[in-house]
Amino acid sequence: MNAAALLMMVTAQVLVTGFTAYFFYKVLTTPPKADDGEMIPPVKSYDAT
Amino acid sequence: MASTSINKEQWGTRVGLILAMAGNAVGLGNFFRFPVQAVQNRGGAFILPFIVCFLLMGIPLLLIEWSSGRFGGKFGNHSTPYILDTMAKGRIWKYIGVFGIFTNIAVAAYYCYIESWTMAYVFHSVGGTFTGKTQAEVAGFFTNYVDIGHSTTGIPYEAVLFYIVCLALNTYILSRGLAGVEKAAKIGMPLLILFGVVLAIRGVTLGTTGMTPEHPDASAWDGLNFLWTPQFDSLSNPKVWLAAAGQIFFTLSVGMGTVHCYAAYVRSKDDIALNAVSAGFMNEFVEVVLGSMIVIPIAAGYLGLDWVKENAGFGMAFQTMPYLFQQWGTLFAAIAGVMWFGLLFFAGITSSLAMGTPWMGFMQDEFKWKREKSAYSFGLIVLILGLPTVLFYQQGVFDQYDYWAGTVSLVVFALLETIVFAWIFGIDKGWNEINTGADIRLPVIFKYIIKYVTPVLLLFVFVGSVFTPVGNDWQAAFANLFSGQGWALDNGSLIKQLTNSGLKEQIAAAANDPVLSATLKDKMFYINLARLLLLGLFVGLASLVYLAYKKRVREGRATE
Repeated sequence: MNAAALLMMVTAQVLVTGFTAYFFYKVLTTPPKADDGEMIPPVKSYDAT
Repeated sequence: MASTSINKEQWGTRVGLILAMAGNAVGLGNFFRFPVQAVQNRGGAFILPFIVCFLLMGIPLLLIEWSSGRFGGKFGNHSTPYILDTMAKGRIWKYIGVFGIFTNIAVAAYYCYIESWTMAYVFHSVGGTFTGKTQAEVAGFFTNYVDIGHSTTGIPYEAVLFYIVCLALNTYILSRGLAGVEKAAKIGMPLLILFGVVLAIRGVTLGTTGMTPEHPDASAWDGLNFLWTPQFDSLSNPKVWLAAAGQIFFTLSVGMGTVHCYAAYVRSKDDIALNAVSAGFMNEFVEVVLGSMIVIPIAAGYLGLDWVKENAGFGMAFQTMPYLFQQWGTLFAAIAGVMWFGLLFFAGITSSLAMGTPWMGFMQDEFKWKREKSAYSFGLIVLILGLPTVLFYQQGVFDQYDYWAGTVSLVVFALLETIVFAWIFGIDKGWNEINTGADIRLPVIFKYIIKYVTPVLLLFVFVGSVFTPVGNDWQAAFANLFSGQGWALDNGSLIKQLTNSGLKEQIAAAANDPVLSATLKDKMFYINLARLLLLGLFVGLASLVYLAYKKRVREGRATE
């Protein structure tokens, strides 16, 4: 492989793999939020904010 | 108005949700379409625009769809018609949301057919069908397989049988609800990644060991060089940008309605920002890291880069890879075949399962259908719509579904949902919705990207597909336009597709060949039939949305 291709491939793959691993690690290690007995609000919702 | 107790399915675990959402995104396109698009757009020229489009269009669309879905889910809506209806005033939006069910049913109809090929090819890889076959014979096997009158195993209508088995499996898993989808993702995704890693390692270590007297220039390094050598001049080429942007739709499954539907089952206080980004990057890992290191280097390693450039296409996965695996000996060929077609099968089924959920969510929400009934009805509709793609594959029905449902609809819906989210629902409310319960802090620049950049990019993609110039050569087209020679459309442009211009030209050219002329006229008939079926599906779904609206009015649940 030529140097430019190798550099591009390694950079892209390390970045993508790194971000994937980082975000998935955060998913695995973030504690779940408590279930607060969620309720369905009224359906007419576009003005429900 | 009194609130009612929540009564809906929920994801069992967060990892299950991420894997299901990543499985929805990771599909056959990660392994077929991405490397082929890269080759057709000058290899390394494609990568930079692709990464930019992922950041400016892919991540924003994921955030829009995850947050829209969770927002709709808070109000008991699990499909796009009434998710959009909760976000914007006016009766029209629920009909725009029909795209989010229509696309899934229509795509599932032909997607399950490709998925069934992967099942059949696992069967044939184990059975040694490809042992000792030449490259031409392996390619011919595929042609025979899709010609349903020609059985490759002695089983009559083999392609139909595998299709029905594949669809039945999908339907059964869907009938188990989110738990079934989650279980399939938890099994399928790790296996897919494992198989992909093994094949990718083989791809990058192949080097020049596949060189033969017939292919003295064969080298896997050439394939990787071609894919990865950066070509910065591509940044000024609209064709490459359009191809990169188009690939984002296919790869992330955005603009379909599946992400909304899955996200609608997320609890209202739970994170979506980290989930969306995590699932999106998992898809990119499979595509950029694994997808780029299998088909192209292995094919270039045995057949040479020139062969790859000339033959890169959808068929390589089925018509070339089994032949290349034979070079590894009978046992390893069988193992590689199981891994390759197995990973394609897992990539396919985790996506096709997602396609079933919007219809199921809609029928459960609006007409109080049970989960099993919703799943079986999905299977039946897909069977009815899908059989023409199986029976008349060579007459172009499959391609019509792929073009109108699997390409045009995605862009139209993504554009409209982005406008709804950023400009009608409002970017301030939207940004607040994205960040509610977020487990990561998103850069605020994404707020402005969602409002300004993503809609413009989507408009660019849509207009680009409507007015594609001859040969997809945008630079020449603009030069012609500014020199007063007008804008000649390509037969692949949406306008010319709609009028069947390319086929009409072929019919005119075949005037002296009655057999070819009759074949082409038959093809025209089947193409129009496919479009009628798709139109009928859309109208049928829109009618159901109307009936649901009338039901909501009667029950006092309709938005005004």
